[in-house]
Amino acid sequence: MLAKRIIPCLDVKDGRTVKGVNFVDLRDAGDPVELAWNYSQQGADELVFLDISATVEKRKTLVELVKAVARQINIPFTIGGGITEIADADALLNAGADKISINSAAVRNPALIDELAKAFGVQFVIVAVDTRVMGDKNIVHLNGGRLPTERQTLEWILEAESRGAGEILLTSMDHDGTKAGFDNGFLTQVNNAVNIPVIASGGAGSVQHFVDVFQQTNVDAALAASVFHYGEILIPDLKTILRENNIEVRV
Amino acid sequence: MTESNNNANQKLPLQGAGGASGIGIIRYGAGNIFSLTATLERLGIAYGMVNTEADLDQYDRYIIPGVGHAGAAMHKLESTGLVPAIKALEKPTLGICVGMQLLTSYSQEGDCNLLDLFPMKTLKFPQTDGFKVPHTGWNQVFPEKENPLFANIPTGSHFYFVHSYFIEYEPLFTLSSTNYIHPFSASIWRDNFYGVQFHPEKSGAYGEQLLTNFSQI
Repeated sequence: MLAKRIIPCLDVKDGRTVKGVNFVDLRDAGDPVELAWNYSQQGADELVFLDISATVEKRKTLVELVKAVARQINIPFTIGGGITEIADADALLNAGADKISINSAAVRNPALIDELAKAFGVQFVIVAVDTRVMGDKNIVHLNGGRLPTERQTLEWILEAESRGAGEILLTSMDHDGTKAGFDNGFLTQVNNAVNIPVIASGGAGSVQHFVDVFQQTNVDAALAASVFHYGEILIPDLKTILRENNIEVRV
Repeated sequence: MTESNNNANQKLPLQGAGGASGIGIIRYGAGNIFSLTATLERLGIAYGMVNTEADLDQYDRYIIPGVGHAGAAMHKLESTGLVPAIKALEKPTLGICVGMQLLTSYSQEGDCNLLDLFPMKTLKFPQTDGFKVPHTGWNQVFPEKENPLFANIPTGSHFYFVHSYFIEYEPLFTLSSTNYIHPFSASIWRDNFYGVQFHPEKSGAYGEQLLTNFSQI
């Protein structure tokens, strides 16, 4: 059976990981390559790097970082942050990235999805969507959830799929950082509406939350950052418990 | 494993000879190979690039990589002029992902005739409730024949797939199978030609084992 994927997400700024990490055996917790290697050894199925560098010059560091990651790790990885045109994506692909993730740039210029899918194939294009409930509707937000748009989230996701998104990374900003669990209700709604893989994000606080998201929704993968970085959840333990709950995972 | 799965007509490929060594990667512009070459370097497997027919003699085995659109990839391969030489190869040759699909006779992707080294077709996954396309992620691979390509790899190990088209299951040539919607060829084998639908360079320790195995076939 196709396994459910566990995906740690690393925030990177100027070539360094920014969120705190307390793995005891890391020599340099700010080194994304060492952290990535560590996660791959623990059994992570995939990695996402989100580049939050402020300037274009600093993004050049990212290409070197991507090469270093590709040299060291043997699992797929995605790069997101600051990709606004084909040339950005091309540089990352040539440096060894398996997929790229676009968020605000796709909302501002939806044709970017078509262009990327045409140039590199749908499997290369993840559309990341940050959603927040306003009134009784899920609304697409930009800038890390601070800036609401006019778009309803489900409608935007369906458009992204039709334009060539190969995968959806859906982050509930209402759940993100709460450690109260994923937004299983909305994830079910989205997952049932699309025919491409969905990665759940936002709200992971315990192993049970991962069990819940895979049992209550049929999403393909679950992404988290701090619970992994701070060692609150160890991936081998997480996978053992998922397996005990009859959820297919890669051993 | 059953008797009928053992192909009496399969001959093991020639061993490297004549001073040729290492893996020649067929370069035809279909997809990025950084991760593949990085993995070979990590494993200490020698490799080089094949751009012309004359380059073929330097190596004792070959990899045909490939990502993207099968029809477009075939057109690129044809434009290199390497097609007749590839079809005549007698040394071990491994197609990866779209590189594997090129070994078949035909792909629905681009409605394109391919190398026809395997009388099999590359088809699009049918739209099926509960099964997303592309088939993305780690799925189990079950070897169906004895072959050194899967040495030291437990049956049912997970490998990383990402594809919307698959090679049909065919008992004679399917070396290992995976089930997604229905069983399909996760890998194929005929004489010296091999293909894998998954990405060994992205498939963790077992993917590395498979590449090491190929380097020793």
